[in-house]
Amino acid sequence: MTKRTIIPFGPQHPVLPEPIHLDLVLEDELVVEAIPSIGFIHRGLEKLVEKKDFIDFVYVAERICGICSFIHGLTYCIAVEEIMKIKVPERADYLRTIWSELSRMHSHLLWMGLMADAFGFESLFMHTWRMREKILDIIEDTTGGRVIFASAKVGGVRKDIDNSTLKTIAKKLESYQKELKEITDVFIKDLSVRHRLSGVGILKKEDAYELGAVGPTLRASGWPRDTRKLGYSAYKNIDFEPITETIGDSYARCVVRIKELFQSIDIIRQAAAKIPDGPVEIKVTGTPDGEYFARTEQPRGEVIYYAKANGTRFLQRLRVRTPTFANIPSLLKMLPGSSLADVPVLILTIDPCISCAER
Amino acid sequence: MAEQQKLINIEIKDLLERVKEFHSSGYRLVQIGCTKTDVLEINYSFDKNYSFVNLRITIPSSGIEIPSVSHIYWSAFLYENEISDLYGIKIKDMAVDYKGNFYRTLVKFPFNPFHNAPSAEGGIAL
Repeated sequence: MTKRTIIPFGPQHPVLPEPIHLDLVLEDELVVEAIPSIGFIHRGLEKLVEKKDFIDFVYVAERICGICSFIHGLTYCIAVEEIMKIKVPERADYLRTIWSELSRMHSHLLWMGLMADAFGFESLFMHTWRMREKILDIIEDTTGGRVIFASAKVGGVRKDIDNSTLKTIAKKLESYQKELKEITDVFIKDLSVRHRLSGVGILKKEDAYELGAVGPTLRASGWPRDTRKLGYSAYKNIDFEPITETIGDSYARCVVRIKELFQSIDIIRQAAAKIPDGPVEIKVTGTPDGEYFARTEQPRGEVIYYAKANGTRFLQRLRVRTPTFANIPSLLKMLPGSSLADVPVLILTIDPCISCAER
Repeated sequence: MAEQQKLINIEIKDLLERVKEFHSSGYRLVQIGCTKTDVLEINYSFDKNYSFVNLRITIPSSGIEIPSVSHIYWSAFLYENEISDLYGIKIKDMAVDYKGNFYRTLVKFPFNPFHNAPSAEGGIAL
């Protein structure tokens, strides 16, 4: 009988920059079971909503995650706006869409760099992050921040981007496509990369749905589900379809994110062309009373903000379900059958953000 | 554009049966979350083809044990352990039970401050 060994993996590991711990049960080099442990960085941010004015809490929401901070703030604002029946100006909706897609681009490029680093392709890592810097520069030019945008607010957005700058951004992104394609072609075509990712951590189509997977993890297994299709912000006026792959392995999850990069450029181009003139915020009066589940699509997948208010300036409850939390069960399904050497790469393919997940 | 959302209040005794219905109808479990008001509300959220439905059970602040749905939706064990750790709600037969060690919080049951308050009988309410 093969001897079983338990290998503790994380919360600190050279190729896993996220505080998750796994007890990996191995038979020789093969993982047969994985038991996760999180809870190392639980900050209780949801609880803070009871002590922060509902207008000001957007600052906290943005700090739940340092990568998809804008979409966290946006989803919080949508939850409050729906409770208060606030109709955000159309121009603000478009700006929210543009910043959401820039967030997606910088998140996906960050992930690709980490992935290249994990499978030992250092130059690819550096080139990917060089491209990410260009996206961060656009974000900095339009919001003043590179990590925390501080642009979403209840009732609209804090800043406008003038039309000529929007056109310049769209043009810049178009010009980045050639360089982006050169880099992403390495991920898609390079033999060593394919060898490292193909067939690793297969998540079957039925398992992905059953286990509640979201985002690229779900779409790479063949499900055309994308929360942006709900039509929040300006997505209702944008022509796009969810990007899917069918195999459900690490390579498929990588390809979905790469294709989404180019899709984001197209969405920004459409939004820049369609954005109407007008105000970017409305004055918010009164206090929220009611409840709502806001759902948006972060780079990692669907995020839920449940807000419940009782007519005071402090929400009774804010519940955040992040995409990483939803993808952990799928990860546990993918790990058995993989070799120990594949574990770091495999975990990265769900693009885990544990600080998001624990809030 | 507000998404249409459905909320169905149910009794605890009907929970497993209703969740099974959602499962067999092809709904995805989106999340389980708890809210503390005067009572504890637990929302079970489901989605199918972008149609969003919530089942809600309401329980008093202490003393009630609820059944786990993790044998219907395996992924529910994460949400249930979270609720158990943050609110001190007892959940019976979870597929994976962390026994209070899912979150390492300094304060026990931080989202349910009345959990550790003395009960009318002089003991600790649970």
